[in-house]
Amino acid sequence: MKREAKTKKAVQVAIVGGGIIGTLTARELSRYQLDVLLLEKEAEVGWGTTKANSGIVHAGIHEDPGTLKAKYCFPGNQMFPRLCEELDVSFKQTGILVVALAEEEMDMVHMYYQRGLERGVPVRLLSREEVLAQEPNLSEDVVGSVFAPEGGAVMPFELAAAAMENAVANGAELMTESPVIGAWVEGEKKYLETPTHIIEADVVINAAGLFADEIARMFGDDYFRILPRKGEEYLFDLELAGLVNSIIFPVPASKISKGILVIHTADGNIMIGPTSDNVPAKDDLGTTYSGFERIFSETRRLVPGLDPRKVITQFAGLRAASDRGDFIIEFSPNVPGLLHLAGIESPGLTAAPAIAADVPKMLEEQGFKLTPKENFQPRREGVVRFRQLSRKEQDELIRQNPAYGRMVCRCETVTEAEIVDAIRRGARTLDGVKFRTRAGAGRCQSGFCQPVIMEILSRELGIPAKQVSKRGAGSEQVKYEAKELLGKGVS
Amino acid sequence: MRKLEVDVAIIGGGPAGLAAALAAHDQGAAEVLIIERNHELGGILQQCIHHGFGLHRFKAELTGPEYAQRFINELKDTDIKVLLETMVLEVTKDRTIYAVNSREGMLEISAKAIVLAMGCRERTRGALRIPGKRPAGIFSAGTAQRYMNIDGYIPGRKAVILGSGDIGLIMARRLTLEGAKVEAVVEILPYAAGLARNVVQCLEDFDIPLHLESTVTEIHGDDRLEAVTIAKVDENWRPIPGTEQKIECDTLLLSVGLIPENELSSGAGVELDPVTNGPKVDDTLMTSIPGVFACGNVLHVHDLVDNVSKEAERAGAFAAQYALDKLPAPPRRIKVEAGENIRYVVPHEISLERPVEFFMRVQRPEADVYLDLGGLRRVKKPFVRPSEMLDITLSVEQLSKLEGDTLRVRIVSGKEAGVDA
Amino acid sequence: MLKRITCTVCPLSCEVVLEIGENGEILSLTGNKCARGKTYATKEHTAPERTLTTTVKIKGGVHPLLPVRTDQPIPKGKLREAMLATADLVVEAPVKMGDVVVENFLDLGVNLIASRDLDRVE
Repeated sequence: MKREAKTKKAVQVAIVGGGIIGTLTARELSRYQLDVLLLEKEAEVGWGTTKANSGIVHAGIHEDPGTLKAKYCFPGNQMFPRLCEELDVSFKQTGILVVALAEEEMDMVHMYYQRGLERGVPVRLLSREEVLAQEPNLSEDVVGSVFAPEGGAVMPFELAAAAMENAVANGAELMTESPVIGAWVEGEKKYLETPTHIIEADVVINAAGLFADEIARMFGDDYFRILPRKGEEYLFDLELAGLVNSIIFPVPASKISKGILVIHTADGNIMIGPTSDNVPAKDDLGTTYSGFERIFSETRRLVPGLDPRKVITQFAGLRAASDRGDFIIEFSPNVPGLLHLAGIESPGLTAAPAIAADVPKMLEEQGFKLTPKENFQPRREGVVRFRQLSRKEQDELIRQNPAYGRMVCRCETVTEAEIVDAIRRGARTLDGVKFRTRAGAGRCQSGFCQPVIMEILSRELGIPAKQVSKRGAGSEQVKYEAKELLGKGVS
Repeated sequence: MRKLEVDVAIIGGGPAGLAAALAAHDQGAAEVLIIERNHELGGILQQCIHHGFGLHRFKAELTGPEYAQRFINELKDTDIKVLLETMVLEVTKDRTIYAVNSREGMLEISAKAIVLAMGCRERTRGALRIPGKRPAGIFSAGTAQRYMNIDGYIPGRKAVILGSGDIGLIMARRLTLEGAKVEAVVEILPYAAGLARNVVQCLEDFDIPLHLESTVTEIHGDDRLEAVTIAKVDENWRPIPGTEQKIECDTLLLSVGLIPENELSSGAGVELDPVTNGPKVDDTLMTSIPGVFACGNVLHVHDLVDNVSKEAERAGAFAAQYALDKLPAPPRRIKVEAGENIRYVVPHEISLERPVEFFMRVQRPEADVYLDLGGLRRVKKPFVRPSEMLDITLSVEQLSKLEGDTLRVRIVSGKEAGVDA
Repeated sequence: MLKRITCTVCPLSCEVVLEIGENGEILSLTGNKCARGKTYATKEHTAPERTLTTTVKIKGGVHPLLPVRTDQPIPKGKLREAMLATADLVVEAPVKMGDVVVENFLDLGVNLIASRDLDRVE
């Protein structure tokens, strides 16, 4: 579409990127009387780096002092319980356990402990006996550990989607499948071009994750680069739930990565990973043989009982690491009103609420006037998780709405009503339903339920089944109707 | 909550559940209930539209739906109750079943006996850990079969199929007949896993290349599958570097194994056999929980639906006897052991009170062997292979000669004289 | 020239080797362990047949497709033509197993019949 033909839209704040930073920022800004628009290039928010994130809410003992990572990590951690309670997102305070498997490693353990004390992070030193009492499936080689009880796990996509839902409920606007393909400045106004729109904004917040450097460069800011760093993760059958109770860290070998972990996720699955490999391309999202081998050999040292035959799925994601090695949270030196929230790698998820909470302050310091809304509604309500209810509650629910009586995903116990609700909350794809409801995330990996979910999406969205996609245009799952290929010269 | 009391509750209305229900009814159980999650009976047979079913039982080569229809028709002449579109959520140790449907909400069903007949699920890409991205266009063969034969969709136009078991072979033919191109069937073993007849009628008939000792080592494509890389494997199933080949395709079907679906069973505390992934059972097909029986693919993955029906009839009959208080505990329990080259044997335990039909699979292919059942019977076999289940019966008379408390089933090679009984 | 045919009559799956003459006639046949193998291989070479199983569209039924089969095998070479012939067929529900969907299908003296009962949707 030619630029002149595109729809023009004027807003006060345009956020580029709907990951955990963009969505939480949208929510923070929706507390004020502001026109906020978030532009997301994928079919759903949270489908870049955020979706693949391990979901760990760090305790705040790993970050080097004097960094932005350290500045925002612990405050972010402290915000998680209330944030997740308001947004009705599961946050499991599993605690973080850094485990030494040899005497030499105890120096680092003590260092973390000291750091925790200095920063006001609740920490405890645990002896070998205490650790094994808490985590009976840990290796017998454990020597000692530091335990930070206020670390935990969250489902990062769930949090981003919930934050966006709440932001929209409070007046913010979301445009998905809207990549920013051009940008320029005219006087005080900034302009963003998408395939269908020209957005005019007073403030642009660059939360574009892997592409934050490209967005910055569109505006003439060419002073940082995003260096994607791949991480693979492997998920185990729910049958292994309880193998570990907290998130198990090794004493890391390198400065760049916190190590390969055994993770008790918010949904209860055990997950192992991630690797940490610099890759040249921003779409290098493939899992690998060597990735699994490295992850498995490392985590087996921590938890010998991990059984590779119980892996049900795996994925890879790219950290949006910057060449600065720290967060980039600053206004553009060249373009007034352009705020970069870039290079958000670990502990980005943990830090995100604190970073987002700072944005209004940062805007005010730059001279933007913010008036709070009287009727800001911080809570997301009405999410039903059928599998968590009692039999009596389940029965009641079905009487109110028979669609709760149609079980769609057997492995994860997800009903039709929940899927319809997810679609009404914004899911438009098979993955969108999966990430919101867990339908298809279980051991059969949607082998049974995918045709049913497809039928529901087709019905609710009024689109033919052939248009139902895994994650947006180009990823349709069934391409042809019966008989469509006959006589068309295919074979 | 609606409460029901039944004599025999059967979980699953596929071939196993149907046969078990009819047998339970014929044994005199008054209240027999089938609980089925689909909107019709027949289970997986309804999507198996190809023929070849029932050769032993009906002396005919029926299609899956035809085979199911025979049982469904027979059921119509009985007072067996059926709850359709009803999903069982939980089975308890004291034989209470919780199930839901849209019409009645939560159902609490107390059963004097339960027959587990839930069938199995397919092994997934995730379980195989095939490297690469996660585009659309990847299906387990059964899901693709459902799309094609029930829902009316064709997954894609250019397919690669991983796994040459019968499901993979059947789908190779199905896709080709419907106008798609199957570029290759890829098999990790040095021989096709399915029946020779299917290799002929599904691959050779259509000149579909079969790559043996090979596997898919990478999946390519961001949003939709674009290609797969296949490579040869060594004897440890590890890809051999340098043998990679990229095949362009938009569809990948995975026919890489079936796994008995026993979440309900383990939730009830039923003891499972780690080799079969199904319950351990005795010669009445009763599990470790009194009054809970298992049959069909949920017990162990079968090759022939005729055997499923046979096994299910036993389970249904004994379940009815149990419900009618006519199944006393046996005075002796004999452990059945899987010996040389036997991967598993079902049942795991027998009494000596009744004839037993043993089903088993070998660990590896062997030619010119004897199947030896505890020294009580020996059967000559020109060859045995893991993909073909063996079934052998022992009569009460033969069983009476057993010494000790263990019956060891094994494969004996060599020129030992055998007794074909 | 030599032609190899795997016999599918019994699990032995003998590989039968046929020597084929200039006019396609069978000059010799070896490798079979029984007479059925000879019959099978001969037929496979001279007039191979297959039972066709497929689906046809159905209107007003609980499913959009009806599984069908030929009630007897048809020449193997006719499979593609058969598929094309069924591509545009539309049957009306209800249907009973065994109902004739197409009589004298492709003029081969076999019927295309329904593989199951398929009820009308309410």
